[in-house]
Amino acid sequence: MLMNDKVPLIREKALWMRRTAFTMVHRAQLGHPGGDFSAMDILATLYFGVLNFDAKRPDWPDRDRFVMSKGHATGALYSALCAAGYFPEDWLQTYMQPKSLLNGHPNRNYLPGVETNTGPLGHGFPVATGIAIAGQLTGATYRTFVLTGDGEQQEGSNWEAAMVAGHRKLSHLTLIIDRNRLQQGAGTEETSGLDPLDDKYRAFGFDVVEVDGHDHAALLAVLGAAPASKPRCVIANTTKGKGVSFMENVASWHHGVPNAAQYDQAMKELV
Amino acid sequence: MATVTPTAAGLQDCRNAWVATLEQLAEADPRIVAVVNDSVGSSKLNSFQKKFADRLINVGIAEQVMVGVGAGLANGGRIPFVSAASCFITGRALEQVKADLAYANFNVKLVGQSSGVAYGELGATHHSIEDFAWLRPLTNLTVIVPADAWETAEAVKWAAQHDGPVYLRLSRMPVPDLDIPNRTFRPGKAEVVREGSDIAIIACGTTVHLAADAAEVLQAEGIHARVLNFSTINPLDEAALHRAAATGAIVTVEEASIRGGLGGAVAEFTSANQPVPVERVGFPGFLPTGSTDWLFQEYGLSPEGIAAAAHRALKRKA
Ligand SMILES: Cc1ncc(C[n+]2csc(CCOP(=O)(O)OP(=O)(O)O)c2C)c(N)n1
Ligand SMILES: [Mg+2]
Repeated sequence: MLMNDKVPLIREKALWMRRTAFTMVHRAQLGHPGGDFSAMDILATLYFGVLNFDAKRPDWPDRDRFVMSKGHATGALYSALCAAGYFPEDWLQTYMQPKSLLNGHPNRNYLPGVETNTGPLGHGFPVATGIAIAGQLTGATYRTFVLTGDGEQQEGSNWEAAMVAGHRKLSHLTLIIDRNRLQQGAGTEETSGLDPLDDKYRAFGFDVVEVDGHDHAALLAVLGAAPASKPRCVIANTTKGKGVSFMENVASWHHGVPNAAQYDQAMKELV
Repeated sequence: MATVTPTAAGLQDCRNAWVATLEQLAEADPRIVAVVNDSVGSSKLNSFQKKFADRLINVGIAEQVMVGVGAGLANGGRIPFVSAASCFITGRALEQVKADLAYANFNVKLVGQSSGVAYGELGATHHSIEDFAWLRPLTNLTVIVPADAWETAEAVKWAAQHDGPVYLRLSRMPVPDLDIPNRTFRPGKAEVVREGSDIAIIACGTTVHLAADAAEVLQAEGIHARVLNFSTINPLDEAALHRAAATGAIVTVEEASIRGGLGGAVAEFTSANQPVPVERVGFPGFLPTGSTDWLFQEYGLSPEGIAAAAHRALKRKA
């Protein structure tokens, strides 16, 4: 199958995931929809175009790994895992309810398809680095993808991991940065600036690629490309809240929740 | 993250007292600065930021740096109030808190926001129920858990003029003002909320008013409970513990793990000095997701749950 043949499926899944995530957040009146929506096309591309996995065997040793380091974006992760077949759709209705398996932040002990528990920022990349080292040690062919927020890059643990990954030439490791330029309270560049992010990762020994994080064909080409001789860093330029007019680029939608009118409006736009 | 607003009349979000007091202090003393980790909103520091733009240092999402920068600011003669979600300011920066604040004994005030299970639905990563166990053993570090808005304001004022590291553990969970006449804030001293000689209920923070309500329940059964607001966890008020142990039975209540926190401290003290049964009300370990209110009910942090613990302690009383 030609790679681009997958684009219509990815587009369809991304739309379903956006509608599903917003419905979850609306029902729970809790969540992080801004960061869900900037990451949605990246996750849809990974699960429906790139990752080699078997939802019936979440512990299959040769599976490609995806680590959701920006663990607050569970609307995106849970809708992706559900669409990928890891659990039935009715589980989504329990999001954030007492004793739900769909916790506010992902827990591998509750939910199939979750590789590691995240929520505190700056944890996923070090764990993904360990997964990639394990693969390198055993000569495995699986690949490891990790998605961080851009504000999350302010955590020093990322740069410690970058040093290890660059030093060890972890060719099967891909770091994806959701570069939506907003963090919780403000823009990244006015808080503690990250630019030039590409030069930084290049200096740490990464093969750096920039991509439009909402262009499925472009994402597919970049994320599906064969491993190089060093780790890859994909800077995905995104819009926080992408797809819903009133959420786009508005910092307060980091953890804003919709009222009934906003929910209806979003459902009209997400078609 | 969601915000909890007062659910009933008369309940207060103590963060309002924290920021109002900090702003007053900062007007009068230019050495006071605030340090945050992308937590301006969750710390309610938006208005502080407007008034004192250059005295609000946002280091970004970087807690270890945040606490280290606090120590450096103290070295440079500032009085930093470092404010962030308590799960991260303690857990993520624990070694900085130990080495750079407590051990180096720098004049830094840590303000842990939304402690305990305020972020109930966000799960165990965001619950801050281990912080007492982590911080209580640290020499030099005063640990204060205000029980209401008045005590929050007093604790902030005291921390500002105290020369040494302090951890203020705040909540955003709405609580009522405690009904105690003529109060004075005495750091390191437990406050008597209610006299009684059959049993002592030792509580802190958001659970003190629940302990007071539990004493009402017990009173109706003819049991006279002494209720203490044990707002300073480190150092311990040993005199108050002697008097509590003299009742012959103790219940401890905290929005924290029952391992290593207030209950642990009381058990350490009584077993060494005055052995009496101690029943600990709190959380057993990592908790499921659920709202703050649900978690309180589920784990017995309620007047009924505390009264039941009192009955268990009384049954064990010699
Ligand atoms: C260690 C840690 N500090 C603070 C937080 C609180 N927090 C949750 S999300 C967030 C902002 C994240 O911004 P970014 O990484 O840019 O994510 P996105 O824009 O994709 O939502 C913050 C500060 C946290 N979860 N973990
Ligand atoms: Mg961002």
